[in-house]
Amino acid sequence: MNAVVIGCGRVGSAVAKGLAADGWDVTVVDEDEDALGRLGQGWRGGFVVGHGMDVTVLERAGIEAADSVVVATNGDNTNIVIGQVVQKRYDVGTVVVRILDPARAKLYSDRGMSIVCPTQTAISGLLETVRASAPKETEA
Amino acid sequence: MYVVVAGGGKVGSNVTRSLVDLGHEVTMIEQRPDRFARLEEEFGPVVIRGDATEIAVLERAGIARPPELLLAVTGDDEDNLVISQIAKETYGVRKAIARVNDPRNQQHFDLLGITQTVCATTSILGLVEHEVPEHGLVRLLELQKEGLVVVEVQVEGGSPVAGKKAGGLALPTGARLISVWRQGRSELVEPSTVMRPGDQVLAVVPTTAAADLRRVLLGASK
Repeated sequence: MNAVVIGCGRVGSAVAKGLAADGWDVTVVDEDEDALGRLGQGWRGGFVVGHGMDVTVLERAGIEAADSVVVATNGDNTNIVIGQVVQKRYDVGTVVVRILDPARAKLYSDRGMSIVCPTQTAISGLLETVRASAPKETEA
Repeated sequence: MYVVVAGGGKVGSNVTRSLVDLGHEVTMIEQRPDRFARLEEEFGPVVIRGDATEIAVLERAGIARPPELLLAVTGDDEDNLVISQIAKETYGVRKAIARVNDPRNQQHFDLLGITQTVCATTSILGLVEHEVPEHGLVRLLELQKEGLVVVEVQVEGGSPVAGKKAGGLALPTGARLISVWRQGRSELVEPSTVMRPGDQVLAVVPTTAAADLRRVLLGASK
């Protein structure tokens, strides 16, 4: 199985390493050459330097043969656009996009891409934790 | 007319000034504090501060009314694309015009349904092509929605079509020769029209077949 991970920050690099450990063939795309360092010494997957909006970069990363694509650059709008391009232009089966802004995550949630919104996850987790710890009599 | 302008750079601020002078109601959105401060001095309440890709900011600008026109003219193509998509698809804005900064991103706007775009680089290149006749084919007008382009081609002495009748040419599918400009006047192309060196041929052709049309009329490029 082939995966392309676009954006090699804390999230992208960890996802890439996790998939590689599961036996996926993973190619990572990042604008910054130094981001390769986040993948560790023993990285055997691919690494392409370039912007994910650039289709020549996507194609060099093997997007046409990808079963799954993870889009996790540090820009919400960049991720939204790349996710849609990957889905519509290359017809990739699974496209997972990270969107930090909960409002935009909701707007783009019904377009066939999987959306992961860490901010919403944090909000829900924090709320649930505090609510679960609240004394019963404060409930209305 | 109510217009929302996303982006207060050179394009956004100049367009806003013109629209206000024409008597239109405009709200301009600018994110950078320094630029916002300067714009506020000139435009007052017409400009609001915020990230125009955030729903709350767009709503503050009145996107839900909705405006008759939205202009997405920031310096970021991703932002312009997302702003246009949200305006059209979520708020039913009828007309959104997006600025394309990097011409390589044009294909993304086309793919994602943002059909009305303006790209300064592409426009300037078009003008440059017009000034360089040896380039062979001048793109006069792109009809993006129709996927057609109106072009002008100058027939040279060595062109494969020189001396041939228009009716016998193997043009690419969907291409039509409209007129030839020769000796200071324009003639509509009929099947019997003989192509002559020096003719300036006006043609309409599917955008994807423009290079093929050039090859038919001028031969393989040198």
